[in-house]
Amino acid sequence: MPAVSKGDGMRGLAVFISDIRNCKSKEAEIKRINKELANIRSKFKGDKALDGYSKKKYVCKLLFIFLLGHDIDFGHMEAVNLLSSNRYTEKQIGYLFISVLVNSNSELIRLINNAIKNDLASRNPTFMGLALHCIANVGSREMAEAFAGEIPKILVAGDTMDSVKQSAALCLLRLYRTSPDLVPMGDWTSRVVHLLNDQHLGVVTAATSLITTLAQKNPEEFKTSVSLAVSRLSRIVTSASTDLQDYTYYFVPAPWLSVKLLRLLQCYPPPEDPAVRGRLTECLETILNKAQEPPKSKKVQHSNAKNAVLFEAISLIIHHDSEPNLLVRACNQLGQFLQHRETNLRYLALESMCTLASSEFSHEAVKTHIETVINALKTERDVSVRQRAVDLLYAMCDRSNAQQIVAEMLNYLETADYSIREEIVLKVAILAEKYAVDYTWYVDTILNLIRIAGDYVSEEVWYRVIQIVINRDDVQGYAAKTVFEALQAPACHENLVKVGGYILGEFGNLIAGDPRSSPLIQFNLLHSKFHLCSVPTRALLLSTYIKFVNLFPEIKTTIQDVLRSDSQLKNADVELQQRAVEYLRLSTIASTDILATVLEEMPPFPERESSILAKLKKKKGPGTVTDLEEIKKERSFDMNGSAEPALNATAVTTPSPLEDLLGLGAAPVTNIAPPPSFNGSLLVDVFLDSPSAVAPLAPGSDDNFASPDLASSEVVSEEPADTVHDADELFHKFVCKNNGVLFENQLLQIGLKSEFRQNLGRMFIFYGNKTSTQFLNFTPTVICSDDLQSNILKLDGGAQVQQVVNIECVSDFMEAPILNIQFRYGGTFQNLSVKLPITLNKFFQPTEMSSQDFFQRWKQLSNPKQEVQNIFKAKHPMDAEITKAKIIGFGSALLEEVDPNPANFVGAGIIHTKTTQIGCLLRLEPNLQAQMYRLTLRTSKEAVSQRLCDLLSEQF
Amino acid sequence: MIKFFLMVNKQGQTRLSRYYEHVEINKRAMLEAEVIRSCLSRSKDECSFVEYKDFKLVYRQYAALFIVVGIDQTENEIAVYELIHNFVEVLDKYFSRVSELDIMFNLDRVHIILDEMVLNGCIVETNRNRILAPLFVLDKVAEG
Repeated sequence: MPAVSKGDGMRGLAVFISDIRNCKSKEAEIKRINKELANIRSKFKGDKALDGYSKKKYVCKLLFIFLLGHDIDFGHMEAVNLLSSNRYTEKQIGYLFISVLVNSNSELIRLINNAIKNDLASRNPTFMGLALHCIANVGSREMAEAFAGEIPKILVAGDTMDSVKQSAALCLLRLYRTSPDLVPMGDWTSRVVHLLNDQHLGVVTAATSLITTLAQKNPEEFKTSVSLAVSRLSRIVTSASTDLQDYTYYFVPAPWLSVKLLRLLQCYPPPEDPAVRGRLTECLETILNKAQEPPKSKKVQHSNAKNAVLFEAISLIIHHDSEPNLLVRACNQLGQFLQHRETNLRYLALESMCTLASSEFSHEAVKTHIETVINALKTERDVSVRQRAVDLLYAMCDRSNAQQIVAEMLNYLETADYSIREEIVLKVAILAEKYAVDYTWYVDTILNLIRIAGDYVSEEVWYRVIQIVINRDDVQGYAAKTVFEALQAPACHENLVKVGGYILGEFGNLIAGDPRSSPLIQFNLLHSKFHLCSVPTRALLLSTYIKFVNLFPEIKTTIQDVLRSDSQLKNADVELQQRAVEYLRLSTIASTDILATVLEEMPPFPERESSILAKLKKKKGPGTVTDLEEIKKERSFDMNGSAEPALNATAVTTPSPLEDLLGLGAAPVTNIAPPPSFNGSLLVDVFLDSPSAVAPLAPGSDDNFASPDLASSEVVSEEPADTVHDADELFHKFVCKNNGVLFENQLLQIGLKSEFRQNLGRMFIFYGNKTSTQFLNFTPTVICSDDLQSNILKLDGGAQVQQVVNIECVSDFMEAPILNIQFRYGGTFQNLSVKLPITLNKFFQPTEMSSQDFFQRWKQLSNPKQEVQNIFKAKHPMDAEITKAKIIGFGSALLEEVDPNPANFVGAGIIHTKTTQIGCLLRLEPNLQAQMYRLTLRTSKEAVSQRLCDLLSEQF
Repeated sequence: MIKFFLMVNKQGQTRLSRYYEHVEINKRAMLEAEVIRSCLSRSKDECSFVEYKDFKLVYRQYAALFIVVGIDQTENEIAVYELIHNFVEVLDKYFSRVSELDIMFNLDRVHIILDEMVLNGCIVETNRNRILAPLFVLDKVAEG
């Protein structure tokens, strides 16, 4: 055979390739390629009709150029022409070009389809094979439309050649993946299942791939495949290696087919039929036995093929998780591999054992290998193997070995590769919390984490340690002492300053009795770090200082001096400046009692799942996120925002008590509380999981392989948009609050956080994907009336989790904007619409006024058109405190001692729009006996009175 | 599922690429460069499986040529590892001692062999004689 070019060697092609090889530089190569492209282009455009051979040669060249990474924008027509050639070589090159270069949305598909149709009808198995390969590789929707009916027939027809059957099976698989709706299940399904019995192992191999995919989606339909697969597997496994001559690979009978059959069985639970089950167990035992037998060949190919089957069998055993005997045997086998000299086997053994650790039958058996795994962590030279060892240690950890495992992980962290440090930190933090019997151990562990790998300790981790310390009073004194000692280190990580600052601010008093950690020493220690820290940390420290003012009155003046210094009061950073000013003022004018109330110790956090876990799952990507339920729970916490952020909850959210106490008169409360901000205040953030904890919408990153892009072929009108999810109840819930879950179904959860000021608003919309599958073409659009302008600031395609909508109220409005969301899930197109709870009252600014002022204005608005009144039955229990909170949540000020009847509620505020401001007065009169309310609204504009009255009436 | 099948030499020149899910050409060049870089940076005693984005690379080196296969989590790593070797043995049989040059100059034939073995990202045939059957037909036609 010729050395360089086989068969009908094309000289021109060989010369061209040699030229390219001889190019000395990239530039020379590009030059040569451009010359060739020009040549081919002129040949294709030339008057002279090209013969098949030349066309083939040029198409081959184009293919080669494409391989070198140059886009090819011509030659497609010539390739299509080759399809109709009767010469196999030409036809073959045409199909090759098309399946490599043409993507599924090409305009040529129709022409290609024609050629395919002819070849399928030709009854020439070679041509049919080419045509089917082409469908299997391109697989566009148009192709599915044209051939989805025919392929199943070819596949199950008695007279179809084996090789054509193989291609047809994979072809159908492709069409099912791209357009499941066009491949309806039918009579052919049972015939396909019986292909597992086919004499020809190639056909069985192809059919198994097809059946596995179909069975995942339609398990009932393909249930009979289980017994057929088991009997096929049994025949392979127990055969002497000579029986399957052609499919034996280094003395292992049909290894790839065995793997596929074992995969197929993992779509189902253990077989119910005892006979089938017995036979399968026998197979699995045989596979495990063979691993112990002396190898039939010394070749590595032999052991690799054998082990491929073995690992797949172990996967099935783990999947079934029902035969303790097999599970323990699997574990022992993997244990042997842990010390194997082949790195590949050690890697795979660690990986499999990780899943084995979660089975109750084998957990203990896995634990016996702890020393080997720890040793792997220390000695493996390959980071991916060490990573697997970390995973396994994490999986095998329980109360009995937690201390040892955490210690080893911390130990490893000192030298760990940078790429996996953050993950190890998360794992250690989770294990330390989960298995902490003694919380002093937990605190020590986390502080060690910060010491060893401070840069990799995410906020979730240190937020969590604070939550735990605050919730457990048995550990607070210890925590204060430990952070105090840790802060003594000349250089400590900023995260330690944060944790230390927070904990001393809360519990510094618990160690203040010791003269070595007197209040002043604590303060000086913290303040010595102050100037080295970033703004958020300094902001946190300022809050610690004001807490110290309350805890340690004796150092109040020292702290006031610090707050008063120019570097604080005139700080360029607005957040720091504001805190300094406010805290200084607070410390000056408030009495001890008030200080004690405002700066009281943090109340315990509601018990909830650690956000670290969600973070870890997010890091690990889709494959390992097993418990979606947990993420969902986590996310709903995020969005409910149930714990309101505040220095002290009462101080900020309910304005009335504070303002009087501080004697600031009618000054709006917002001047005292830090402005609502989503990332300004660290103290605030401790309560809310940061938006980053929201699991990504698309599990996994938006990489090339997420899924084929279906954008262009999708039929948008396929399914009419659902009627707007009015969900009135949910919508009304938002009238008096700004955060929460707006919408939820099986696929998607939408949460909101919003803030409004005057006529402007900003809404953060969080989209949570509740499935493990990626949503494609995810497009949210906000539709709103002219009265309201919203523009979308940030909108990452595909994988976004958070969207920011800026809102401006141009004039008063009735209709809420509608959020329309379109995306593709699995094969189906989803379209849903939800009302965004942006209601007129969001643009309320509360106005305080005296009784006299109120009634004077009330009288001024006496025009009947300005008043709207509604009398309605109470829908909720009539609780005065709840009613007050609702009126404040509605946005108006709640005016006390204005109405002569103390049972009545009155409120006042101004609705801000871009064009005007509308003063509003409201009065709510409850009648407890009748369980009724009378609500009266007076504003300068009738429509506004009406709208506000409608909105508020729904709340009680 | 197999996502792609690459043959790249030590200089980073792609000798064969087959994608089973559509990837834009500019992304291909980047992916191939990254893939070969991550394989080259590994020593002999490191394992042949590399996690890359949300899929895995399984690679084998033959002289100066790397064969790298991208797979998702539904594939068995070591089975794919041996599939590479089976592929190389088929090439070796057809070209009688295959070299990088054979692959360059007979790209169409290498494609045929691969297409016979892997279709639509699934292993479809592993029997060497059957894999080569269509090629022998082709060669006969060409000679005759």
